Amino acid sequence: MKNITDIASSLDDESRIQNEPYSKDRSQIRGWAIDANSKNDPTFPMRQRHKESTKNHDWQRPSLQAVTTEVLHSNERPNLTATFGTASPPSGLSGTIRRFAFKYSEGKIIHWLALLLADRVNVLEGFGSDLRKGYAPNILKERGTKAAWKHNPDAVVKKVIIGVAILTSIAIILNRKQKKLACKNN
Amino acid sequence: MLAMNYRGPGRVRADQKPMPEILHPEDAIVKVTRSCICGSDLHLYNGNVPDTRVGTTFGHEFTGVVTEIGSEVKKLQVGDHALVPFNIACGKCIFCRQGLFGNCHESNPQATAVGGIFGYSHTAGGYDGGQAEYVRVPYADVGPTVIPPGMDLDDAVLLTDVVPTGYQAAEMGGIQIGDTVVVFGAGPIGIMAAKCSWLFGAGRVIVIDELDYRLEFAKNYAQCEVYNFRSMKDPVLFIKKITDYLGADVCIDAVGAEATGSAIQSITGRKLLLQAGSPTALSWAINSVKKGGVVSIVGVYGPTGNFIPIGNVLNKGITIRANQASVKRLLPKLIEHVQNGILEPKKLITHRIPLEEVADAYRIFSDKLDECIKPVLITSPINHSSTEQRETHHEKYH
Ligand SMILES: [Zn+2]
Ligand SMILES: [Zn+2]
Repeated sequence: MKNITDIASSLDDESRIQNEPYSKDRSQIRGWAIDANSKNDPTFPMRQRHKESTKNHDWQRPSLQAVTTEVLHSNERPNLTATFGTASPPSGLSGTIRRFAFKYSEGKIIHWLALLLADRVNVLEGFGSDLRKGYAPNILKERGTKAAWKHNPDAVVKKVIIGVAILTSIAIILNRKQKKLACKNN
Repeated sequence: MLAMNYRGPGRVRADQKPMPEILHPEDAIVKVTRSCICGSDLHLYNGNVPDTRVGTTFGHEFTGVVTEIGSEVKKLQVGDHALVPFNIACGKCIFCRQGLFGNCHESNPQATAVGGIFGYSHTAGGYDGGQAEYVRVPYADVGPTVIPPGMDLDDAVLLTDVVPTGYQAAEMGGIQIGDTVVVFGAGPIGIMAAKCSWLFGAGRVIVIDELDYRLEFAKNYAQCEVYNFRSMKDPVLFIKKITDYLGADVCIDAVGAEATGSAIQSITGRKLLLQAGSPTALSWAINSVKKGGVVSIVGVYGPTGNFIPIGNVLNKGITIRANQASVKRLLPKLIEHVQNGILEPKKLITHRIPLEEVADAYRIFSDKLDECIKPVLITSPINHSSTEQRETHHEKYH
């Protein structure tokens, strides 16, 4: 078993403090475990630690699923899990962004922001793939507008009015800008 | 086969997709008989969970008949009708062996912080879910549990998430005899948490929500006090006032990221995604609990971070307990409770909608239309006399 100094020196870390091996004989530590109280376990009932050893990685891994498609994995683990999903492998621009995201650990905000960005790009790619298949997505149907109309028509009307108002204001602003530009050019 | 297909925030449809295949020797293929939409599916539906890829199928609450098994499946057999826990768990890793089936280390390569979950984005393993005619079920001998004879499918499907999650919410509260418990959220999980709080000996159970129809339901179903936070200026102050100005012993957050009730949290958490969802219910829970009390979280949040009053957690000496429910650990006890009539989960189901109309189902549930509490998608009707009777009786939508 590696001791912590080996692990520390194998890490790409700036800290180079020399540590004692952690597998030290605990009987040498005065008072070790004298107040241990298994009843004072706030993790109960989620954990049932007493039943099992909690040594790291001492389990016999299940059979490993064959990798037949690109599967990204968190860099906080050394490998893939024994099984994984194969839905929608990374592809296109969103795939490139996802690969970038997975260079960062789960603790880094950029990991998640990049994934969210990829998700939005992926929506546009989804339109593209629908159209390539000769399928024009029925967005009203996909948004469940029929049900919304049946049970809450007021909200649908409100949404339409807000939508039209936003589009009209954008049109007016663009129109004004164009006129201004036209005046300047004259 | 027909399957729900995610196209982008607020957009889903039912599409033909290829049949799932056995990809691992411990896999099974299951023909889905019931599949629910869950409150936590709405985080995916609204595009708030990172790595939710277009083309994936949601659904982590389902029952189904086994049609095919892999070479290493020993217990589950073709033809078995099983309820499938939402967590994908190997049964071998140190976490599974400690009963932490919601935190398996062999089911989700994409993130170490969350175990594999059916149909819950690539952040939860990239598995297609059960809102489909067929679904691939990994580790078929670990999670899937044969539905006991005579159990209604509607009860069985709610044992995959709603009942265990509600139960574990109360269990993590460490409720002592006579304790006052406040549950934030009167969705299916909150209602079940309120109901289960009594099983641990609570002396008083209070549910807070903004929808009167849900509060009315909770009051009758869970025999508890209910209050609408829209009718009060300050929910925290209100709870202090009705608990002798000390606060509740236990507060349960059964809402999670989609919480309303605070404009600033909603805008930063749900619209701008500057935080991993809006932690309004959690903040209220922390601020309404008694000093030294327990806050139990089962509401789902994203992986980044949230604005919560952590200083108050310290100063009040609060214990926070939270986890994805460990469905398999709880199933034996909960099946017994259902069989003995102590818990009656199927009463939560208000809508049964064919898979073809999945887009409407999501809209109804997401916008809380037609007094919806829990919608179930019907994929393939099978002979099940009591269930068929219910279908004709309770079909609200059709
Ligand atoms: Zn669920
Ligand atoms: Zn495991």
